[in-house]
Amino acid sequence: MSTHGADETPRDAGYDDWLDGIEAGEGIYLSCPNDHGSLPPRRVCPHCGSPELTEEPLPGTGEIESVTVVHVAAPSHADDVPYATAIADFGPVRLTGMVRGVEPDAVEVGTTVAPTVERTETRDERVLVFRPR
Amino acid sequence: MTEVHVAGVGLTHFGRHPERTGRDLFGEAVQRAVTDAGVPRDDIDHLNYGNFMGALAERQAHQAPLMAEAGGLQCPATRYEEACASAGVAVREAVKSIRSGERDVMLAGGMERMTNMGTAGATEGLAIAADELHEVHAGITFPGAYALMASAYFDQYGGSRADLANVAVKNHANALGNEYAQYQREITVAEAMDSPPVADPLHLFDACPITDGAAGLVLVSGEYADEHAVDAPVTITGTGQGGDKMALQDREYLAQTPAARDAADEAYAEAGVKPQDVDVAEVHDCFTIAEVLALEALGFYEVGEGIGAARRGETTRDGDRPVNLSGGLKAKGHPVGATGASQIAELTRLLRGDHPNSDAVPDAEVGLAHNAGGTVASAVVHVLEVAR
Ligand SMILES: [Zn+2]
Repeated sequence: MSTHGADETPRDAGYDDWLDGIEAGEGIYLSCPNDHGSLPPRRVCPHCGSPELTEEPLPGTGEIESVTVVHVAAPSHADDVPYATAIADFGPVRLTGMVRGVEPDAVEVGTTVAPTVERTETRDERVLVFRPR
Repeated sequence: MTEVHVAGVGLTHFGRHPERTGRDLFGEAVQRAVTDAGVPRDDIDHLNYGNFMGALAERQAHQAPLMAEAGGLQCPATRYEEACASAGVAVREAVKSIRSGERDVMLAGGMERMTNMGTAGATEGLAIAADELHEVHAGITFPGAYALMASAYFDQYGGSRADLANVAVKNHANALGNEYAQYQREITVAEAMDSPPVADPLHLFDACPITDGAAGLVLVSGEYADEHAVDAPVTITGTGQGGDKMALQDREYLAQTPAARDAADEAYAEAGVKPQDVDVAEVHDCFTIAEVLALEALGFYEVGEGIGAARRGETTRDGDRPVNLSGGLKAKGHPVGATGASQIAELTRLLRGDHPNSDAVPDAEVGLAHNAGGTVASAVVHVLEVAR
């Protein structure tokens, strides 16, 4: 657990590259010949085992499918509370992220959101964030 | 295939024992189980031991041989880790070992020490059962993950926080007479509704407590029981295990738990029983919504119908099929790595007739234990039967 911020901690290859892409507005997901979607890091499709994964552009917006407002956090997010964390449906894949740009209690299922990468209050670590569109 | 009998059960008190070491807790559970079984300790062939986060809580890995030693067992030992289903898996693998004829007498159990970590430490520890990259980074906690399942359930099938509060009230009422339970006090629906939010829609009284405790079972083959005239009327007649994608976002369903359904189907088929044959069940209610999801996965209710079971009185001690007569994880407590074995210990006592709540199910012949790991990325189900 580093206090120096995510840039100085070892990268998780695949995952951090994926975040880089979203940060640059070039988000991707992985697709197999059977049209199953998944997120990196992957060597094979988690749904069918196919090793033929191709990178496809992540749809620019998704729809919130479920949301919670966390009041009791782990130490890594202690100064961020209360925060909304949601699962959003992007079609071929779902993503899980913190919701910002709206009061946590006001986040609703069905809200259209765009993914971005921001930093946590607590440890200045990178976090996937959804902002309403 | 040989029968597997539950010859003895042993539990520690579940609760806050921050100063007690894991080895002390497990040693007590083994002592009680061996005494209850009346089987010579030297006959035990192997220890199957469940533990989730001892490396964090006590800086102690390689716990299996340590725990065999703590229990005075002169046999090899293996640790099983499957988050909150660790002990369920340890029991299941013991059942398979006895059935295969490889072993005759086994100790299966588990232990978790948690309260010494504090609330923040335990919250961090429990979160490692989720997907570190895609869930924990995004702020998901253990309650947060179940809150997402509850939110999805409400959205898809309806239900309310009051329905969930009724589950908590029921399980607290059941724990009243259970000397091993962490909370031996009744609560009201209003109290549960008014408790502080942890992860909306789940509040404090929707959540199981942070618990220290241990559980052990002595399991013996039918041949051994016959040969040594062991008094062990309860048999494990079905075992099943199911799996799902680790992260909620990668699952087909957010408000169903197919891993538990698959585990139950396997256990039912082995035992030759159907959901409607089950007289009494201990299910994995780490959160109130988890009990609802379990009732549906086990085939007791259609999807979307389990939410009102406690409110309607169908799963209370006076209901048709009492659920969590021990108090459940909610009120009895949830020492993660011990829970799966403790559920079977409670069921065994309920079926034998020596549990404080046995009078609620005097004619029960079939019991079911449902133990889930994480957000049910893993699940283990056992069917227990008693000769009447
Ligand atoms: Zn595929």
